[in-house]
Amino acid sequence: MSLMAFVIRRRIPTTKSPGHNPFVSHRKCFSSSSSKSANSKERTIEKILIANRGEIACRITRTAKRLGIRTVAVYSDADRDSLHVKSADEAVRIGPPPARSSYLNSSAVVEAAKRTGAQAIHPGYGFLSESADFAELCEVEGFTFIGPPASAIRDMGDKSASKRIMGAAGVPLVPGYHGTEQDIEFMKLEAEKIGYPVLIKPTHGGGGKGMRIVHGPDEFVESFLGAQREAAASFGINTILLEKYITRPRHIEVQIFGDKHGNVIHLNERDCSLQRRHQKIIEEAPAPNVTEDFRLHLGEAAVSAAKAVAYYNAGTVEFIMDTLSGQFYFMEMNTRLQVEHPVTEMIVGQDLVEWQIRVANGEPLPLTQSQVPILGHAFEARIYAENVPRGFLPATGVLHHYRPVSVSPTVRVETGVEEGDTVSMHYDPMIAKLVVHGENRNAALVKLKDCLSQFQVAGLPTNIDFLQHLANHWAFQTAQVETHFIDHFKDDLMVDSSSERAKEAYDAAKQGAALVAACICKQEQIISQDNHSGRDNLLALWYTHLPFRVNHLARRTMELEWDSESERNDSELLELHITYKSDGSYYVEIANNDCPGLDVNVQHLRHLDFRVEANGLCRDITLAQYSKGPSKHIHIWHGKHHHHFRQTISFEWSSDDVTDHKPSSNTASHPKGSVVAPMAGLVVKVLLKNGDKVVEGQPVLVLEAMKMEHIVKATRAGYVYGLQVSTGQQIFDSSVLFIIKDE
Amino acid sequence: MLRFFVRRTAYSSSIFRRRRSDSVLQRRDYCLGVLGDDVSRNSDAFTRNATAMQDVISQLRSRIDVALQGGGTEAVKRNSSRNKLLPRERIDRLIDPGASFFELSQLAGYDLYEESLPAGGIITGIGPIHGRLCMFVANDPTVKGGTYYPITVKKHLRAQEIAAKCRLPCIYIVDSGGANLPRQAEVFPDRDNFGRIFYNQSMMSSLGIPQIALVLGSCTAGGAYIPAMADESVMVKGNGTIFLAGPPLVKAATGEEVSAEDLGGATVHCKVSGVSDHFAVDELHALAIGRQIVKNFHMAGEQNKSSSVGGIYKEPLYNVEELRSIAPTDHRQPFDIRSVIARVVDGSEFDEFKKLYGSTLVTGFARVFGQPVGIIGNNGILFTESALKGAHFIELCAQRNIPLIFLQNITGFMVGSKSEASGIAKAGAKMVMAVSCAKVPKVTIIVGGSFGAGNYGMCGRAYSPDFLFMWPTARISVMGGHQAAGVLSQLEKSNKKKQGVQWSKADEEKFKSKVVEAYEKEGSPYYSTARLWDDGIIDPADTRKVIGFCLSASVKQVPEDTRYGVFRM
Repeated sequence: MSLMAFVIRRRIPTTKSPGHNPFVSHRKCFSSSSSKSANSKERTIEKILIANRGEIACRITRTAKRLGIRTVAVYSDADRDSLHVKSADEAVRIGPPPARSSYLNSSAVVEAAKRTGAQAIHPGYGFLSESADFAELCEVEGFTFIGPPASAIRDMGDKSASKRIMGAAGVPLVPGYHGTEQDIEFMKLEAEKIGYPVLIKPTHGGGGKGMRIVHGPDEFVESFLGAQREAAASFGINTILLEKYITRPRHIEVQIFGDKHGNVIHLNERDCSLQRRHQKIIEEAPAPNVTEDFRLHLGEAAVSAAKAVAYYNAGTVEFIMDTLSGQFYFMEMNTRLQVEHPVTEMIVGQDLVEWQIRVANGEPLPLTQSQVPILGHAFEARIYAENVPRGFLPATGVLHHYRPVSVSPTVRVETGVEEGDTVSMHYDPMIAKLVVHGENRNAALVKLKDCLSQFQVAGLPTNIDFLQHLANHWAFQTAQVETHFIDHFKDDLMVDSSSERAKEAYDAAKQGAALVAACICKQEQIISQDNHSGRDNLLALWYTHLPFRVNHLARRTMELEWDSESERNDSELLELHITYKSDGSYYVEIANNDCPGLDVNVQHLRHLDFRVEANGLCRDITLAQYSKGPSKHIHIWHGKHHHHFRQTISFEWSSDDVTDHKPSSNTASHPKGSVVAPMAGLVVKVLLKNGDKVVEGQPVLVLEAMKMEHIVKATRAGYVYGLQVSTGQQIFDSSVLFIIKDE
Repeated sequence: MLRFFVRRTAYSSSIFRRRRSDSVLQRRDYCLGVLGDDVSRNSDAFTRNATAMQDVISQLRSRIDVALQGGGTEAVKRNSSRNKLLPRERIDRLIDPGASFFELSQLAGYDLYEESLPAGGIITGIGPIHGRLCMFVANDPTVKGGTYYPITVKKHLRAQEIAAKCRLPCIYIVDSGGANLPRQAEVFPDRDNFGRIFYNQSMMSSLGIPQIALVLGSCTAGGAYIPAMADESVMVKGNGTIFLAGPPLVKAATGEEVSAEDLGGATVHCKVSGVSDHFAVDELHALAIGRQIVKNFHMAGEQNKSSSVGGIYKEPLYNVEELRSIAPTDHRQPFDIRSVIARVVDGSEFDEFKKLYGSTLVTGFARVFGQPVGIIGNNGILFTESALKGAHFIELCAQRNIPLIFLQNITGFMVGSKSEASGIAKAGAKMVMAVSCAKVPKVTIIVGGSFGAGNYGMCGRAYSPDFLFMWPTARISVMGGHQAAGVLSQLEKSNKKKQGVQWSKADEEKFKSKVVEAYEKEGSPYYSTARLWDDGIIDPADTRKVIGFCLSASVKQVPEDTRYGVFRM
């Protein structure tokens, strides 16, 4: 693997001559600066390489900085200017954008560590974090892997092996049959032992193929045979396993931590039941609606699971909980620091990244089990660039406006992006994690809702509105969480264009549009006033606050296209009429609308912030604007609402618009479908031959005239005939080059 | 009661006030010219004037409102069904967002023809595009199909006249059926008729004043020359057509059957004939291109020619809205023109020239929005001294390239033997000569009466002020109605006497009242503005702003040398 790593040194060495400013030019550094000792394991970590990107890389950097540990970031070409690169002390390029060639390229990462003299490598989550091979490679190359032992990663990486180990260690597993005996009568007996409903699934394969839920013994035979057939067809092996089907499951996981001295403790559980596309979007800790007893047993089970694989460092043991029976069963163990670790940090008041580093240094755990507190309640909402109405499909785009909520001891924003950054298709589309903490669940939830309504992202579609709907849903407020929550309440959570909610949403949008119109008028006036004040008083007179009209008030029309978030993704054109009133306010009416006009007073606070007063209601709002393609996009955040409007700012026209004017004389003498030379010139290339099928606009030959190349295209779809010119031939203006025929 | 003609001694303590911004230790910058507040707001006259003015203004507003409706609901609906905006909406989208638009002669054609012709069927006015002031001339297709009545032509030509004088780029927003055929005799042949439009376009283009046409509707026959004569033109697909003869006429003439779009649509003219330069898919596109064209004027040599001074200026000390209560609706009531000046000029500072001499004419220097101006206002009948003082002051301003503001409230020059003996005719002639020849921007506001030769000396319409506006209380005629009635009845009486006919007192009164009535009607500002004897009627409260706009448009000229004719000494 060729390694053309660029090392960017972020700190200016004091000895450096002033002429060499490393900030000005990225210095290529081919010399290996590693002078690591063989026994680096015993040395305290002073420099960490973070083999990750995005928010988690920033998160690790932050703790490292607090501890005085220097950091090295790695980046792909797509991330050259990203926040995780900027916040680290040094950064090393490790390859092109695809993760396969960069963040998953373990040798490039190790090479980067060598070149920068890091002693330890933190894998973050995802990418190489659960690769036993990578953990091993680090140790072999003499770097401390900040994570569990490779053996534990390997054990837990194999789903069936991990279940075997856990079963042996006494950790509860979902009741089932995983044996080789496949006789149908025997299996039916096993199913009865497990208790219906039962899940039938092939041992091999995945993706839900061949899976069947059986609700009673009478359905069993048919479903079993069906599953066998499907498995045989899809995977070639028709062995089947049985498992208890849990109708209303919850996803509860336990944060565990171990040190290299054999101590393992748990840091309480998290409920991560709110998922879409099998990905968590809102997590909380501790899990609501569970008993202290349950918590105790769950924690003990998790600790025994970890101990069974001689685990150290951070890990998570995932359980599935049957809400009907109150039983929990082992699902899998994640041998890394997880995305949602901050909720645990918030309720135990600890920095888990710091723990990871200390454990990696060989220190014992800072707390014993009995010292682990539960302080209040915490939520995490994951803000994704995604298209909610289109099945939560990941979205890409530029963060034209990005203003997360302000952080405080109870509000954390974990993010790896800044305004102007691009969310690309190469990596996870997560923009930020919003973490809030409160005295209790209700208090935390109030804070979550407030923060979500103030979290401003514009430029690409996000799930913020959807998260708000989730947070405001009655079932979530009463903690009736379960894995199928989003599916179950889909109708409540998605804005349906026919529902009462859609009308409410439309009304709110109209209100938003009126405020947008008033603020834009105000903003324009401020801008033009600024542009003209102090230079030429008489010219400035044309741009005074109240646009002058002789003997009447100035009025203007503004078109705003509202991008509703309904599934149809249609947009509504609003035509607004604004009257500039002599008291400085704006009277905004919406055309073809029965709702009365709105008197809006606007005060500009700073930059994008305004204070508006309408209908006796005064509030602060934010307006973000940017241009993209043929439209100007305007976002407004007012109250708990966020609306997105568009205005057309460019006019695109195709050649269809300029309908062909047919002069009666010229082409008449040529057969129908003739293509004539646009000017005299030399044929430089003939791209097709007679009889070739062409589509409209397809290049047929290339002419050179007046030192320019001109491509002669097919005027319509059909077949090329009568093509007689050849390369190098001189042709004359308006001579027939070829004819397009239908056959 | 208003206290008129209150004279304060130049050294009264009130005018020794130091400017607020100056600290005590700074150089002593005396402020001699601050006008005092001599309006008693509790007086009966004040309230009476205010009430009367209220009625006058609401009458003005209601007439304006009608004019703003264009050709009426049906026509407006038809217009929008063709995806067309109204002319004022078109202008609103052309000028800089949130900028002012200074519309001219809104009531042109008011009560002029049997059929109503709101705004004369054409909207004209000044507004900025990308910071450059432009003259807009927009046909109103909802009014008689945008055809040119005589007054439409006059208004179009007046807009071009202003543009030429102020060197304002012209934006023609064309959507017109051409000349109004039934009135062709008054529209077509004369010097200041339809053809003059194209003459003006050529002349302005030759002087480097950009001529831009946006063809947003039809542009038939003579109208076709507006885009054809333009420096640059835009055509909108579908609605915009240019041809010398429309499809029916073509069929009649040559038998060729062709659709309007194929005959003279945007595609033909932008792609084949080259009659137009820019192709627009719709009206908004066309307007956007229009803005872009102005952006590309560059006109480097024209920039920064403004003599206007940047920096801070002070608003008048007194409320400009009080002008509504100062001017009496009965123009026979005198009022001190200084109370008007005090509400128009920066900081109410007015450095009077020759204050004690010829005191019925008030002259002096001031600033409006920082722009130095010379102000000439009437405080009574013009005497020989007043006229000489006026001529002197005009010469001063012309010498110094200071724009002149005339505040007209004049019943005329003094008559009588003493006056004639003092040579008032030649004194008046001097003032008229000075006014005619002074090559500085001139703005006339008629705030009261404008009678007789006083109108001439005070830069009436015939003296080509750059702009002329009237207050709604103003009156304009050769003399007052009563005087005219007196003169005419005396002539009539002597005629009758010659014929030996007895003229009864009642008949005489009837005759007189008829004359008074006619003078009343023809002296009305609405009669004037309908015929374009002025550039519009304004709310007195807007006077300062209007003067500002006028100056803004007119002072950006290269100073011209003034040469006078022979003054009769």
